[in-house]
Amino acid sequence: MKVDLRSNKDFLAGLLLIGIGVLGFYMALDYPFGSTLRMGPGYFPRVLAGILIAFGIFTLVRGIVTAEKVKGVWGWKPLTLITASLVAFGWIMDRFGFIPALVAMFFLATLGGHEFKWKEFVILTVVMSLSAIGIFIYGLGMPYQLIQGF
Amino acid sequence: MEIFNNLILGFSVALSLQNLLYCFIGVFVGTAIGVLPGVGPLVTIAVLLPITFNLAPIPALIMLAGIYYGAQYGGSTTSILMNLPGETSSVVTCIDGYQMARQGRAGPALAIAAVGSFAAGCVGTLLIVLFGPPIAEMALKFGAPEYFSLMLMALVAAACLAHGDMVKSLAMVVVGLMLGIVGTDVNSGMARYSFGISELTDGIGFTVVAVGLFAVSEIVKNLETAEQQHVFTKNIKDIMPTRKDLKDSTWPIVRGTAIGAFFGALPGTGPAISSFSTYMVEKKISKHPEKFGTGAIEGVAGPEAANNAAAQTAFIPTLTLGIPGSATMALMLGALTIQGIAPGPQVMTQKPDLFWGLIASMWIGNLMLVVLNLPLVGMWVQLLKIPYRWLFPSIIMFSAIGNYSINNSPMDLYLVAGMGILGYVLMKLECEPAPLILGFVLGPLMEENLRRALLISRGDPSVFFTRPISLAFMIASVVILIIMIMPAFRKKKEEAYEEGGDY
Repeated sequence: MKVDLRSNKDFLAGLLLIGIGVLGFYMALDYPFGSTLRMGPGYFPRVLAGILIAFGIFTLVRGIVTAEKVKGVWGWKPLTLITASLVAFGWIMDRFGFIPALVAMFFLATLGGHEFKWKEFVILTVVMSLSAIGIFIYGLGMPYQLIQGF
Repeated sequence: MEIFNNLILGFSVALSLQNLLYCFIGVFVGTAIGVLPGVGPLVTIAVLLPITFNLAPIPALIMLAGIYYGAQYGGSTTSILMNLPGETSSVVTCIDGYQMARQGRAGPALAIAAVGSFAAGCVGTLLIVLFGPPIAEMALKFGAPEYFSLMLMALVAAACLAHGDMVKSLAMVVVGLMLGIVGTDVNSGMARYSFGISELTDGIGFTVVAVGLFAVSEIVKNLETAEQQHVFTKNIKDIMPTRKDLKDSTWPIVRGTAIGAFFGALPGTGPAISSFSTYMVEKKISKHPEKFGTGAIEGVAGPEAANNAAAQTAFIPTLTLGIPGSATMALMLGALTIQGIAPGPQVMTQKPDLFWGLIASMWIGNLMLVVLNLPLVGMWVQLLKIPYRWLFPSIIMFSAIGNYSINNSPMDLYLVAGMGILGYVLMKLECEPAPLILGFVLGPLMEENLRRALLISRGDPSVFFTRPISLAFMIASVVILIIMIMPAFRKKKEEAYEEGGDY
């Protein structure tokens, strides 16, 4: 069975490992290597990056030989929206306060689910935001403004 | 009798009103979440970890430990009633537990699971009491070469014995070690892998990695495919097992406890492989192996005892050596570090109230579980009616607030998002994230001990092979590697993980 390299599980894993290894090695070239007696800050990272590249090459070659496909489908939509909801929470929290951050977070996160229903989104956001305010602001005393400027 | 003094100290700490309350909260939350399919103990602890930041160290650890074994326990309920394992370690409980439930014997199955878990939990706690102090005492004599070799062995064992491909797991350890480097080098003051971002010069937060790798990627994976609605109505009548049930279960519980206690204390192995191995052992030595899979009570009793024993003894290396054997234990160790306590053998002597209080609380917590689980089983089952589409945004909320609150910095949340993407891609490519977090936790320690060992030996790497204890750890690492390369053993390991089907 022929498997496209773009969906070849171990080939991709190998590429990723080699990528991380090469990046790690390249960046560590700026740190003094030292010697085995006196390890510099570049010693450990370079050794690790080298090992990682070796594992990566092994995995990549094995991928070409065994040609196994990645199981299931890639969930790009939930991945994008879930991570966006975290980023949005952090970004908005700093600028507009706790409540706007929660609303944006719930909006993006529920959008990442299978079905989006306005009614459910509103109820969930209100109920969970109120419990969050109760637990974190009043219960644990975290010093956040509910809405910036108010 | 030092043991008794220690236990008295422990119980006096654990029985304080505040600590009892946190133990109860932990066990309660843990059971509730363990019952929910798709949300395991790992995700729960990862998400709730930043919140315990605000508690004192003792209640924080008591609560986290409660969540851990509560979730371990709660998983058995859904396995038996609905054939839905809450986590890997309860997969085998499904096989015979669910068959028993279909035959109207859900009550005895649940009761035996509870009794077996409690008995195993007691033995596990006792083992920590007996073996903790001597191991810690021995470890206090370790120098840098011994520590380095021990950590190397732990990481090799974790990568080789954990679920999944060995080479990729070893590579994950290395990725974890590299992530651990991010930040300012203690010796030279140089910022490494910081990409010019000032927040990264303090290193990547532990909870950031844990939540990203385990919670975010798990949620995305669950959202890949359409949600399944589980409809069920089960009446649980007779809880009491018959005399024959008890007799049939006694030895499986004893054997399960022994197997679980052994695997729990080893790095890299834990509840999952313990319950699978116990099931295989019981099936092999049974006079009626054909009964397994059709509702044999031995197939519930043994594995349930095993996974709970392992959950307890996993604390031995974590608390006495400061070396976690599993991802969950790495999280517990992270909790210690967050509380400003350097993990290692000195914890027992410097913080005896914390150490013994935690252990006493585990016994109390196990007792609470028996009391909670059986009468409240109907209530736990109601939790399963919560649809996942309400659940996952709430988990994200806790993750977001928790991680933001540690440094009050949005950068931590951007990093959680990044770790989530990395974790998801690794999961799809079948690279296990568990060895990665172990590497991440041990990375800085490993570099420091390597540096020190080589300084002592004047740059001669043979120091790892000339000191006897260090040599023993090195030999053990090599032996584990060789054994796992041999096809026969590799097949056995895969069998052990796949006995329960394709989860």
